[in-house]
Amino acid sequence: MERLTTVVIGAGQAGLAMSWWLARRSIDHVVLERGAVGNSWKTERWDSLTLLTPNWQSRLPGYGYQGNDPDGFRTMPETIGFIEQYARAIAAPVHPDTRVTSVRSRRGGYEVVTDQRIWQCDSVVLATGACNVPVIPSVASAVPAGVKTLTPLAYRNPGQLEEGGVLVVGASASGIQIADEIQRSGRPVTLAVGEHVRVPRVYRGKDIKWWMDASGVLDQRYDEVDDIVRARNVPSLQLAGYPDRRTIDLNSLTAIGVNLVGRLAAINAEGKAQFSGSLRNVCALADLKMNRLLGTIDEWATANGRDSDLPAPHRFAATEVEESPPLLLDLTHGKIKTIIWATGFRPDYSWLDVPVLDRKGQVRHDGGVAEAPGLYLMGLPFLRRRKSSLIDGVGDDARDLSAHLAAYLRDRVLSSPELIAARG
Amino acid sequence: MAINNPVNNGVNTDALFGAREALTKAPEAAQFKWRASCEWIRGTQSRSTVDSFYGLGAEQKHKTKFTYDSDHPEVFASEDAAATPVEIVLAGLAGCLTAGIAAVAQARDVQLRSVKATLEAGMDIRGILGADPDVRNGFDGIKVTYKIDADASDDDIKAIVAQSQKRSAVYDIITNPTNVTVEVK
Repeated sequence: MERLTTVVIGAGQAGLAMSWWLARRSIDHVVLERGAVGNSWKTERWDSLTLLTPNWQSRLPGYGYQGNDPDGFRTMPETIGFIEQYARAIAAPVHPDTRVTSVRSRRGGYEVVTDQRIWQCDSVVLATGACNVPVIPSVASAVPAGVKTLTPLAYRNPGQLEEGGVLVVGASASGIQIADEIQRSGRPVTLAVGEHVRVPRVYRGKDIKWWMDASGVLDQRYDEVDDIVRARNVPSLQLAGYPDRRTIDLNSLTAIGVNLVGRLAAINAEGKAQFSGSLRNVCALADLKMNRLLGTIDEWATANGRDSDLPAPHRFAATEVEESPPLLLDLTHGKIKTIIWATGFRPDYSWLDVPVLDRKGQVRHDGGVAEAPGLYLMGLPFLRRRKSSLIDGVGDDARDLSAHLAAYLRDRVLSSPELIAARG
Repeated sequence: MAINNPVNNGVNTDALFGAREALTKAPEAAQFKWRASCEWIRGTQSRSTVDSFYGLGAEQKHKTKFTYDSDHPEVFASEDAAATPVEIVLAGLAGCLTAGIAAVAQARDVQLRSVKATLEAGMDIRGILGADPDVRNGFDGIKVTYKIDADASDDDIKAIVAQSQKRSAVYDIITNPTNVTVEVK
């Protein structure tokens, strides 16, 4: 058993950024990592995936982009290298190959049990990522035998799939990229499309992330938006980070032969997939929302005198939906060999034995400050800001939350003579 | 929002947002049961009655009992004493979407002056006649066309209509499969 002030769980960008801030505030801590630094990036991503944010936008506390391709997108090996370099540069106290099996409240603090040893601490930072577990719809149980199913965590490349048709369920960042490369591999793709967020990769000559960063959209705070529950559950942007900076959207997928259908609603007793008749509306919603975002961007550009040095505002073609998209797809005819569930992810807190979980198994928190004193979260969608789940967003959150953590430790000691005596 | 000219579409959105917050905390109270009863009159005519429902943890009653007759038209060799059931489905969809438009517009501070919808649904009746097993009984599609006069841009109006579809129960019932159990007692 070892005693220290703070245990950070997870050595990805979020845990490391927190480590940097804790060190700066002279708070002794360790960073526990189930594998090696950047484990999820190493073991749970497909081969062609790149970061969806440009290189310049991977700013971690005390560390920025040094290379000569600021507008490029890092491959996974490059991303892993970047995070490893950061861990070394800040000399983060990382304990690799240390899997946390339980966190529980103990003596006014926490006990962190791992497969290596047990730590006693005053505070815990959960930086274990937002994408631990794929969310798979309940209809998955009705998939007929003979059709293979995969999640993006297990998907590596099209070569891993049988020849033949593929149903990709979900049209957010993962779904559209996977659909694009599978269709190009010669396997015909049907893409089931629910609510999604359409954005162009490049607008008026600038990356969409540049616009969102410059105009302050990414800095929007969790306590400033109308409906934070909705904001935290917005699907990931339809983006890919290809070297040619091309936009992948439903129109580009249709152009290479992908068939669009509505949200997968059910698989019936005859093994037929049934799709929602709402495809037209989810596409209309996405087009309208994209145009609202572009409108916000254009207003910002004008207000900030950027119009003269940038191409004029314009709008993109509306999403084309065929007159009567198919509502049924027979999964027993052998035409569909594989289904890929690109239906989102969620964090896994099954090892957290502190009573802060809501009925959906997620930690109740206010901007990353969990309901249990001394417990903090990092790296979740819109945790404190729209950019919270981005590499570029963890620095500001770590600064805020480490300040809260430091104040908590100070108040706690000041208000508790027994604690001072016990620690003495 | 202009204070001297408050938007009023006759929808109490404060109550709706209050209900949303309350029901998030008490999901059991959000469980509703909708009911109708129906009795055959003669021929293809029948009369459905809507009276009570269950919700907010208790039995609820409409202010009055509502009845809806249905029949088939003369071209089906019926008496045409009332609308056909499929037309009542269209009326249900229109009623649901239009209520949603009023509510969403209210929440977005958009004053509506007029909202009119026309609905048309195609159907190949060889399905219901059993004349071709490859033809389905139901609609092959529904087209809803709104004409809306409101204090908002075309895109804002389209966004209100899109959001109404996103939150509409009848739209969901029609666009997604639902298990239906019919028993005889």
